[in-house]
Amino acid sequence: MMNTYKGNVLRINLTTRSVTQEPLNMKWAKEYIGGRGLGTKMLMEEIDPQVDPLSEDNKIIIINGPLSGAKVSTGCRYMVVTKSPLNNMIASSNSGGIWGARLKYAGYDAIIVEGKASNPVYIDIDESGVKIVDADELWGLETSDVVEKLKIEGKSSVLNIGTAGENLSLMAAVMNDTDRAAARSGVGAVLGSKHLKAIRVSVSEEKCIIGDNPAFKERSVEAAKTIKANPVSGEGLPSYGTAVLVNIVNSVGGLPTNNWQTSHFENAESISGEEMSEKHLVKKHFCHNCTIGCGRVVKMDDKVVGGPEYETIWGFGSDAGIDNFESIIKANYYCNEVGLDTISASATIAAAMELYEKGFITDEDCDGVALKFGNNEAIIEWIKRMGNPTTDLARLMAQGSYRLCEHYGVPELSMTAKKLEMPAYDARAIQGIGLNYATSNRGGCHVRGYTIAVELLGDVDRTTIEGKAKLVMAFQDLTAVIDSLGLCLFTSFALGAQDYAEIFSSATGLEITADDIMTTGERIYNLERLFNQRAGMVSEDDNLPPRLLNEPVNNEANDNTVSRLDIMLPQYYEARGWVDGFPTQDTLKRLGII
Amino acid sequence: MIKVKLFAYFRNGRGKEVDVEYVENQTILDIATLLGIEKDLLAITLINGRQSSLDTVVEDGKNLYLFPPVGGG
Repeated sequence: MMNTYKGNVLRINLTTRSVTQEPLNMKWAKEYIGGRGLGTKMLMEEIDPQVDPLSEDNKIIIINGPLSGAKVSTGCRYMVVTKSPLNNMIASSNSGGIWGARLKYAGYDAIIVEGKASNPVYIDIDESGVKIVDADELWGLETSDVVEKLKIEGKSSVLNIGTAGENLSLMAAVMNDTDRAAARSGVGAVLGSKHLKAIRVSVSEEKCIIGDNPAFKERSVEAAKTIKANPVSGEGLPSYGTAVLVNIVNSVGGLPTNNWQTSHFENAESISGEEMSEKHLVKKHFCHNCTIGCGRVVKMDDKVVGGPEYETIWGFGSDAGIDNFESIIKANYYCNEVGLDTISASATIAAAMELYEKGFITDEDCDGVALKFGNNEAIIEWIKRMGNPTTDLARLMAQGSYRLCEHYGVPELSMTAKKLEMPAYDARAIQGIGLNYATSNRGGCHVRGYTIAVELLGDVDRTTIEGKAKLVMAFQDLTAVIDSLGLCLFTSFALGAQDYAEIFSSATGLEITADDIMTTGERIYNLERLFNQRAGMVSEDDNLPPRLLNEPVNNEANDNTVSRLDIMLPQYYEARGWVDGFPTQDTLKRLGII
Repeated sequence: MIKVKLFAYFRNGRGKEVDVEYVENQTILDIATLLGIEKDLLAITLINGRQSSLDTVVEDGKNLYLFPPVGGG
């Protein structure tokens, strides 16, 4: 039968400038689905996990899920899977938009990029073939200029790196057209190390894939109705976007402020989703195939630009002590322009502000723009400097907050897990999310196991540690599957494992049950962990910054609380069948990994 | 007095904050009803930042936070 895989993988070697095509390994696809899961399996088979991530031995796998480009709500997402130069662990960064779907329409599930070009190049893909094109004139350009030069309106999408990726910033994103990003773990630096500036995909028509099973269409229509009927995905997210969380998280005293020195921001109202809707919003933005529309388009002086997400508002807002929304919109814009991950970039600036406050960074180091909490000018100027560093401090900051704080002898001021900057939920106020940060295979990240959906937006007690180990594990495993299918995580406000199983089975003809979905997620999670182990991760890496374990938060909503990772972590390992942070042989065998 | 803080579309026609007179044994649901908010729309209800169910009695001097179903990440 025709299904929603294309069955084709492109292999592009930049050293030899060769392009070949090979079949998608359907045995692996059955075990790991696509996207994040299959990408990790392929990377594991393609590279030695101990390679230097910025050497030509590392590879980049850009991979769709079976539902990317398929006619189902949010079916558009792709992953960039590689070894992270930030922490030497697995990187799999996700993006929406339309680039991934266009790659599918052009005929490919995935691209393996290997080797290193001797000079800057871009890859040009359309239905007639693939070319590697010299890109000296694009090198040094920012995102919107690259897109403007390469884009053929209505036909093409441009995946690209800004200057941050060229300069090997460990916070560099892979940009997807101008304002969507596969941002985390420094994936943009891996493209930069290979002198790969962009990948343009052009197709003559956007024809969503429906396969030949009528059940898929029916199931897809039903899923869209369920998503629409759900109050969060059908009403809350479309109306306010993700920014509505600012006031909620602040109300429970969980909004990290001034580099996590406190967890409540007095001026949260002025950076809230309500404020954005009232004063800055132009319209909603929908990714390709999406029926939710959580994206925001906002005014910025005389421009209309992509709006900041909740995480970005937090990072350049409360975490930097900033209450000026216009400055946050600009910070988001300039991060997109130079190609920086907004979470890591903002958290690094916040760490630098604490270093300045404590006297480690001097006025002389700041070169005219003081890294002072609350300084609107600083966030904009230091983004530009990190994207195109010319001073020692800017070069250091471009390597992320861990290396910055380590340089000054105070790594404990870096609010990172596995060197990746943590996002906008304080683990001292919300226990489960802290366990998720600590055990996430890529480090401090909320979208590996978004327990906030129940600990804050649902009816699970955020303050208790009871049951959190299994909760985190379930969220992490289901998320791994959604990331592998090519769907958006926001579908999970409305859909569950049974829905995903039925959609996947009807789309691909590969029969799978709800139980299989959870086992597949567990398999993916364990495979990522195995990659990390082989790459050199040690059990102490499953940790949180000492501030979250030793410095309590005390405010209206929390009475001197810290993260109780010490109790939750052993429970989590037991639930996973891991010893000292790693899967046992029995666990790996049970999951069919070895 | 109880300070009721409203969010998202609960603000429409009501403003950001409403002071409600303290009445003995008044629950979160009683106060929401007083403000014309339907029970089914109450997704997150906090007293002084603590998760609290609709039948929780609100004591004098407390802050009550009411949110409709919203989400993000």
